[in-house]
Amino acid sequence: MHPPQSNRSVTGMASSIEDSAPPGRGSFSRSARSGQPAAVTHLLGGTMRSVRVLGAIGIVLALAPLVLHSDFQLTFVTLALYSTLLGAAWNILGGFGGQYSFGHAVFFGLGAYVAAMLQVHAGVPAWIGLVAGVAAGAAAGAALGAISFRYGLRGSYFALVTLAMAEVFRIVANSVPFTGAGVGMMIELRTGLADLQFESRRGYYYLALVLALVALAVGSWVRHSRFGAALAAVRDNEDAARALGIDATRVKVAATALSGTLMAAGGVFYLQYFHYIDPSLVFGPSVSVEALLGPIVGGLGTVLGPLIGAFALALVSQIATHLLGEAPALSMALYGLILIVMVTFLPRGIGGLGKLVRLRARRGRDA
Amino acid sequence: MIDGALIGAALWPALVNGLTMGAIYALIALGLTLIYGVLHIINFAHGSLLMVALYAVLVLFERLGLDPYAALVVLVPGMFALGYALQRFVINPARHGRDENTLLVTLGLSIVIENLASHFFKTDTRQIETAYTFMMVDVAGATIAMPRLLACVGALVSCLVLAVLMRYTDLGRAIRAVAREAQGARVVGIDVEHVFAMSFAIGLACLGAAACFLLPAYYVSPQVGHGFVLVAFTVVVLGGMGSFTGSLVGGLLVGVIESLGGLLLGESLGQIGVFVVFIAILLLRPSGLFGHKA
Amino acid sequence: MLELTRLSKRFGGLAAVDSVSLVLEEGRIGALIGPNGAGKTTCFALISGFIRPDEGRVVFAGRDITGWPAHQVSREGLVRTFQIVQPFTGQSVLENIAVGAQRKRSRAAAIAFAAEVAARVGLGDQLDKPAESLPIAGRKRLELARALAAEPRLLLLDEVLAGLNPAEVAEVLPLIESIRAAGTTVLMIEHVMQAVMSLADDVWVLAHGSLIATGTPESVTRDPAVIEAYLGHGAAARLAGAT
Repeated sequence: MHPPQSNRSVTGMASSIEDSAPPGRGSFSRSARSGQPAAVTHLLGGTMRSVRVLGAIGIVLALAPLVLHSDFQLTFVTLALYSTLLGAAWNILGGFGGQYSFGHAVFFGLGAYVAAMLQVHAGVPAWIGLVAGVAAGAAAGAALGAISFRYGLRGSYFALVTLAMAEVFRIVANSVPFTGAGVGMMIELRTGLADLQFESRRGYYYLALVLALVALAVGSWVRHSRFGAALAAVRDNEDAARALGIDATRVKVAATALSGTLMAAGGVFYLQYFHYIDPSLVFGPSVSVEALLGPIVGGLGTVLGPLIGAFALALVSQIATHLLGEAPALSMALYGLILIVMVTFLPRGIGGLGKLVRLRARRGRDA
Repeated sequence: MIDGALIGAALWPALVNGLTMGAIYALIALGLTLIYGVLHIINFAHGSLLMVALYAVLVLFERLGLDPYAALVVLVPGMFALGYALQRFVINPARHGRDENTLLVTLGLSIVIENLASHFFKTDTRQIETAYTFMMVDVAGATIAMPRLLACVGALVSCLVLAVLMRYTDLGRAIRAVAREAQGARVVGIDVEHVFAMSFAIGLACLGAAACFLLPAYYVSPQVGHGFVLVAFTVVVLGGMGSFTGSLVGGLLVGVIESLGGLLLGESLGQIGVFVVFIAILLLRPSGLFGHKA
Repeated sequence: MLELTRLSKRFGGLAAVDSVSLVLEEGRIGALIGPNGAGKTTCFALISGFIRPDEGRVVFAGRDITGWPAHQVSREGLVRTFQIVQPFTGQSVLENIAVGAQRKRSRAAAIAFAAEVAARVGLGDQLDKPAESLPIAGRKRLELARALAAEPRLLLLDEVLAGLNPAEVAEVLPLIESIRAAGTTVLMIEHVMQAVMSLADDVWVLAHGSLIATGTPESVTRDPAVIEAYLGHGAAARLAGAT
């Protein structure tokens, strides 16, 4: 079957969600330009496709404040973008790397606390706090990855150890004086770009947008790079990857560090947005859950999965609030239900839905 | 700083208290290890399901005046049935051959349960008061609360009952066969899906029993499961995944570690001991203290 | 090219590989044969760094690689395939092979080279298929292609012909020969005697972890010890009587 080219990209977005899927045509057909098999051209073109799609999304979202007038709408998108950032961070390790962390709050909380402590105790400007927080996330990622993977932790064990790590950090932050212990930390309100605090909601909106786009771009790089291919190989078959010369431990440690870096940026954003953190808020399990839920709902190990998942969940939670009233516990319960339903019925996420439909359609045509 | 002599005097009671709590941990962990040993899945919702059982005991006591220990006859079969249904209709269909999926589904389950509990019972901590709540007993020089002692004894008896069940009944034999070799068990005509669900059911029945023993000595809140879930996992990995004796010894050990940690490091930082043990064991000796190397 | 000296590995009390020594010269095709459970695959795992030997040495191209981790052995140019094929499930044929090719190449060059290798092993028209959708013969080719894409100096083939029908075997034989012709030394574990007879220069027979015979394919298959090892005690005599 050789469906026409237009079939593949009704919108650029659809083709990129599917970019893990091979092109829907026989690779005997060679592209006229390069003389290479279509499958080769398709795989080589992955980066450009992602850049185009992310660029388009970036432009649309950058212009969105022109039409989003109410603070409510702006806040909604800002928080969805923040959630995208967390999901994209988790997706690097969990989606592309196949290592499910249940304790990504470790990196989030470290980022937030390092930035807060520098600002409160040393009086440094927020942007330095951001850099330091992110560096702390990277270091913690490398350390946690090195400890876990050196000792061969996999699957559920890795999830449990990360969870326990987050608990350890929560307890420590709760107990020592320089984190403000259980009272938490409050940072001064000081607006300005270097302070990462803004008078208008638009400032936060653009900060969240930039961070989310960076995180998605990193995901896209992972998806199409040599490093990402090695990471996916380790995820899909570690022994085979090692037999081909891939240092599986090192690749996983690098992915954890990268993931931790982005997650820490999420923590710093949280700090600047809410001005206040405490151990349960930033090291607690709900942060870890928020990070993993988005990609699972949107599509694990896809470039746009975290974005789709975050917006879908934000929408669901809005609708739930609308229908059930202000009951945060109920909307969290709904999140849990969504997680169960997704894993049971749509393990590829919403992003995988298109592929499923297309596969059915193709099968129908072939029959 | 805490005075050295003071610690010395407090050491023995702390040890005894740790052991009594440890017996409860052992019973909870026994359910978890049974589920792991047979189904090779990690039930992340174990703590939340314990919380459900605790609330059930609470409601039975407050509304019907049912004594927590008498509630055993309701809770054990009730949790058993819940477990059977959960495994059959929720957890199994989501597995798709990947252990991580089970972890995610049970995580989802725990989120649902905890937040429903928060919604309906609010977030405050609840306790019950019975005639024996404030009775104290002297155990070799350490004074402990009567409910704690009963909890300890009850948990140990439950562990014994379970061990006998596993050893001498047909179901126990079938469960052990499936745990060892699920494919082989299928071939000789054992209904493996049924055995899976029964194992899960028994695992939750342990929670039902644990809740009845625990509530008079403890409290319940929607988040109470959090503390227990990691503790139970610690016990299970400490004892070696799937090992019964290991769970028992591991439970007692963790109870003591926690109690001594609290004594030496203070209430807040003391909880860290259990997690550090957990992480260290998983990294250094994932087969546990009693398990065989995989 | 490859020299094993008294290589040994015990599991529990059982000697899986017991003091195996052999030398494979560059440019040759060697075959490691023997009944099931003889320790052939363990031997491969020891050579390729997946298991550390208890005793003995592995020297590859003049360098002692004993106890090296698997990925380093592979980077040195000693690449293995797996008896039970191990595709990267969820990835396309092209992506699978590109992983093998990317060691010394950029991602783009690896993809282009992977397509060439795929064409060489006869998977040129399956590039975009998911690896797990291939039939067994296709998966075996994929396993081979992935290893070839890593451009090994020594290729360890663990039963690449098992599960193939005679026509498919006949297709793969010249492929292996062409690999050697292109300058790669080959050591294979093989049960398909047709392949051993027609391809191998040197044959080693393993039984219960030890080498029981060494030589050319012809000499080895006539060795009574070998026949007994395969068919049981007294088989050589019975076989002689039956014909």
